[in-house]
Amino acid sequence: MSLRLEPRDHASVGLKLTVSLAAGVIALLLVAIPVVAAGGTPLEAYWLMLQGAFGSMFALSETLNRATPLILTGLAAAVAFRAKLWNIGAEGQLYIGALAAVCVGSGLLQLPPALMIPTVMIAGFLAGGLMMVIPTIIKQRFGADEVVITLLLNFVVILFIQMLVEGVLKDPLSMGWPQSVPLIVEAKLPKLLPRLRMHWGLITGLVAALILWLMVRKTVLGFEIRAVGENKAAARFAGIPVDATMLKVALISGGLAGLAGVGEVAGVKGYLSADLSPGFGYSGIVVAMLAGLSPVGTVIAAVFVAAVFVGADSMSRATGISSYIADLVVALSLLCVLVGSFFLRFRVKFERRQVEA
Amino acid sequence: MDVLFDILGSANFWAAAIRIATPLIFGVLGALICERAGVLNLGIEGIFVAGAMAGWLAVYLGAGLWGGVLVAALAGALFGLLHAFLTVILGLSQHVSGIGITLLATSVSYFTYRTALPDVTSPPRIAAFQPLNIPGLSDLPFIGPALFQQTPLTFLALVFVVLVALVLYRTPLGLAIRAVGDNPASVEAQGLSVVGLRVGAVVVGSALMALGGAFLTMSAFDAFFFGMVNGRGWICIALVVFASWQPGKALLGALLFGAFDAFQIRLQAQIGQVVPGQVFLMLPYLLSIVALILVARRADYPRALLQPWTKGQRH
Repeated sequence: MSLRLEPRDHASVGLKLTVSLAAGVIALLLVAIPVVAAGGTPLEAYWLMLQGAFGSMFALSETLNRATPLILTGLAAAVAFRAKLWNIGAEGQLYIGALAAVCVGSGLLQLPPALMIPTVMIAGFLAGGLMMVIPTIIKQRFGADEVVITLLLNFVVILFIQMLVEGVLKDPLSMGWPQSVPLIVEAKLPKLLPRLRMHWGLITGLVAALILWLMVRKTVLGFEIRAVGENKAAARFAGIPVDATMLKVALISGGLAGLAGVGEVAGVKGYLSADLSPGFGYSGIVVAMLAGLSPVGTVIAAVFVAAVFVGADSMSRATGISSYIADLVVALSLLCVLVGSFFLRFRVKFERRQVEA
Repeated sequence: MDVLFDILGSANFWAAAIRIATPLIFGVLGALICERAGVLNLGIEGIFVAGAMAGWLAVYLGAGLWGGVLVAALAGALFGLLHAFLTVILGLSQHVSGIGITLLATSVSYFTYRTALPDVTSPPRIAAFQPLNIPGLSDLPFIGPALFQQTPLTFLALVFVVLVALVLYRTPLGLAIRAVGDNPASVEAQGLSVVGLRVGAVVVGSALMALGGAFLTMSAFDAFFFGMVNGRGWICIALVVFASWQPGKALLGALLFGAFDAFQIRLQAQIGQVVPGQVFLMLPYLLSIVALILVARRADYPRALLQPWTKGQRH
């Protein structure tokens, strides 16, 4: 028997789905090892996680609430990675979007909700987008790698936010806590159901996924993004404005991450603080990869990742196993889906060794 | 101006600069070895965390300081092996794999720490490395306290600079590693294994990165904190471009960075009332970005960086 790899020119949707599902399942199975190491019983832990994530209306609401920013940061990564623009800065873009929401929405403008909410969203989108357009321009002008720049900017942005919420933006009524002045009522995103934290940001995420899906499939920009992502030189040769396309991708990608920040401020917290995001930007990368960079898949992958976090929190409270188990699942699913992409590229064939004449 | 001379004239400042540079020297050397062989290792940030945690925990459990250093290096090597398997053997995206390794190494470290020490409220301490007293040198006026009162890991980092430079430029192995990152076909034509060389380089490079992390918990501090690596790994990835992938320049870059960081900390103490502290804390990251932009056009990236290799491949 020997093993042969045959390149595939096309991977079917079914195969992609199988790979993503398998990645999630294998990641969940693998964390049985740390669960046992921490003195837990894997089956009980899984059951508690499932209960914690979906077991009640409250649990479901918490999961969808957690999925809301992940859909948006996931889409941010998906659209950028499609064009091979490595935006690892969604975390910073999220914070800048949230900052813009607070700047516009905390009393500077007085508008009815029907105008105020769109204004806050547009501000957050543009601010987040700008945070990605700048590194993209730097890449085009100076040839400096956007991966490192966007990564480092995340740290700069968080410090900048800390400075503001301890300084000029600090809420004088916050009893000394480093948090910004609150949004006015008109700028806040309404809740979807009474007594549950789910808010209209979720609908924003779903609409964004739908728009991106249409854009990728039906528009010239979608075609250009795919062409640039597949082969930059060929795209340029075919007359596609590569640099302009990349800038549009950067604006959309950073903008989506910015919207995630708007949702957290205007839908959940009501104010800005430097602990607004527990790494939504980084988890978005995992979401996008799990989704195979598909906009619709991103929604499903975001719910999966959110369920892992919410479920693990609840499991951790019941068993005492550290909730960092969720981060382990997420990291492992990224690596598993990466390994899975190998099978999307190659067909593995076992064959009998031919007897050589 | 007086402030400037006060700071530059204190031996304390130079000692701090070298201390801050030490983890970066390990990190840049590690990244340099990986990239010279053609593999970008964005796992560095997580490998720093893993080295910091594993080394510290080993010492805490009674392995002794050098035992801890060894454990840290092994932890780094292990994550390096995983990165090498994914990127070199399977030829998968180096970007995605690196981010995945960072997430995995970080979460494994945090989970292990929490599981091993469930009930601690303040981080437990170990007896960390103490500054060496080198007879003759450490007692010199000014020069002694400025340069020669460092912990053993700092001297180890300097030894590695020389060692890596010697291996890269003076041995057939070094020639092969440089070639495998520039023109892997030529290496294969020599009958050498492209995959073997790359895997080896990533494993060794990752072990060095982990030592950078170990320095944090075993020399700079004596405990492990969440978030203590704080972007140092990413800074190394920027510094390696700044250093044009050369060990000597890597040392220089790390030292310049250390001096700048030590300077901003002291400046903060002097004028911290006027300018918010966060401005100073931002400077190291901004400096790395500026350094990257300045050298980007002239940067002579290893030509096969990011390119997977399959045996018998032709161009």
